[in-house]
Amino acid sequence: MMRRFTWLVPAIYIIFLMLPIYWLLNMSFKTTNEILGTFSLWPQEFTLDNYRKIFTDSTWYNGYFNSLIYVVLNTVISVTAALPAAYAFSRYRFLGDKHLFFWLLTNRMAPPAVFALPFFQLYSAVELFDTHIAVALAHALFNIPLAVWILEGFMSGVPRELDDTAYVDGYSFSRFFFKIFLPTISAGIGVAAFFCFMFSWVELLLAKTLTSVAAKPIAATMTRTASTSGYELGLLAAAGVLTIIPGAFVIYFVRNYIAKGFALGRV
Amino acid sequence: MTLILKDVTLNVGAETHIYPTSVELAEHGFNILLGTTLAGKTTLMQLMAGLVKPTSGEVWFDGKNVTGVPVQKRNVSMVHQQFINYPNMTVFENIASPLRVVGMERSKLQKRVEHIAELLKMTPMLGRKPNELSGGQQQRTALARALVKDADLVLLDEPLANLDFKLREELREELPKMFEHRGCCVVYATTEPMESLLLGGHTASLHEGRITQFGETEKIYRKPADLKSARVFSDPPINTASVSKKGARIVLNDEVSWQIHERYKDLADGPYTLGIRPHHISPVKSTEENVHIEGKILVTELSGSESTIHFDIGDQAWVSQSLGIHPFELGARKSFYIQTDKCLFFDISEQLVAA
Repeated sequence: MMRRFTWLVPAIYIIFLMLPIYWLLNMSFKTTNEILGTFSLWPQEFTLDNYRKIFTDSTWYNGYFNSLIYVVLNTVISVTAALPAAYAFSRYRFLGDKHLFFWLLTNRMAPPAVFALPFFQLYSAVELFDTHIAVALAHALFNIPLAVWILEGFMSGVPRELDDTAYVDGYSFSRFFFKIFLPTISAGIGVAAFFCFMFSWVELLLAKTLTSVAAKPIAATMTRTASTSGYELGLLAAAGVLTIIPGAFVIYFVRNYIAKGFALGRV
Repeated sequence: MTLILKDVTLNVGAETHIYPTSVELAEHGFNILLGTTLAGKTTLMQLMAGLVKPTSGEVWFDGKNVTGVPVQKRNVSMVHQQFINYPNMTVFENIASPLRVVGMERSKLQKRVEHIAELLKMTPMLGRKPNELSGGQQQRTALARALVKDADLVLLDEPLANLDFKLREELREELPKMFEHRGCCVVYATTEPMESLLLGGHTASLHEGRITQFGETEKIYRKPADLKSARVFSDPPINTASVSKKGARIVLNDEVSWQIHERYKDLADGPYTLGIRPHHISPVKSTEENVHIEGKILVTELSGSESTIHFDIGDQAWVSQSLGIHPFELGARKSFYIQTDKCLFFDISEQLVAA
């Protein structure tokens, strides 16, 4: 008797998991009037107007471009800076290495709001306010430590003898690092890049504080709920759907290593 | 090709990893570094290769001082105990990598790699990645990479330790043949006394960062210079006991004493440490000269045709290794017979005085 209902628990789980996302998708194909007026499980008047608006209105699609630009910039900066740091932490012993390593992680423990004001002041003073690089650098504050931790975990999984073998074979350090070491930990680099991408993509507070028009992120555009024509819920839903896509796209490539990434490369 | 270490030491922080070591390794069969784990075999090899710079002392190779020369410029090859290959490259590229670095011509490289692969029976695997291979094949790949370039110095750091015994025996037989007539200095590290005896050549016995003795393998086995070397070069561990020589007799304790064998008749009276290898003590009497001792059985290990028996005399542990199956009961008192002509005598400073 019990066995006939074994499908029930996973089914409930999946429904709860997928319902909000379905509802977002559902709303994005409705008009705002329908959303506010009736309760329906699927769009009664199916419309693509919401998406059309986003892809044609520059205030909307520029939001995506701005977000993508600073997220990619940040990912490149974070991983590039973290690679040599992680290598040093995994291969050398130096004074205070363990403390420095732990201190890196503590940077993640402070809420971004703590840094919002000083960053705003600092970036304004050096005239970086409202630029993509400003947001990318600000996000590096918590993405570089994360990338260092993840990469250090992956690098420490590579035996030191691999380095020795390469030197014995005649490789110089740089040639070994780029030709052998980086390909060996490519999964780790992918995971680190994914986490940098994800955290930078979802971070709103710093991105909003450090930009006004020229580098305004999509999330900031989305918080503008009301316009001259009232609430545009359908439009917001469509923007939401489009915001999920890059993350889902990137996660596909590192799906096999995500668990190891959450454990900071230490499985 | 000779490798000479002159008073080489290595300190890491406040710890001494290698005490002043001087040794001359030549191109005469294998040079074996024999020692337990943490004896400093790998560290010594890293010093020889130039991966680690000695704290003091000099490394000379082929008449040149190479102390400060980085490993890349030394023409060395090395195989580690773990199977180390480049995981992102195919087996072919793995083997070819030392040749690629020096920019060897394509057709020549192809030929060299294929020849070596043939020699190590790796030809069918050339297109695969190391992770798709078995342990034995991975280690063959590493060996091939070490063999493909004409290295002057080849360092093999327990290359067979992680292989199963069939493969180990097979490769152990092949290895010396591979390096024959290559004109290179081969250093081989192992923890197993049996392995160094099988490989022959010269052996350096290592103990806690010191080379206790260096010489032809067989000589070291027969005449270990001191107690430490004897201990390193004996498996199961060598039996030791305090004895004294009084006139023509060796006295072990109140009950056991024997007429000294004429080989040792020049020994002066006084206290000694007696060393007897386990296979010179047997539960079976072989000649009238055997000395009879009695002990309480602790453990009996039967391995096919051999018995290794651990027993106590008083509070001292002894080991006997002999042919045949002797399934003694635990705790039983049994007789053992020592071959009195196979004794090693060490003086109070643990130096060998008679063998």
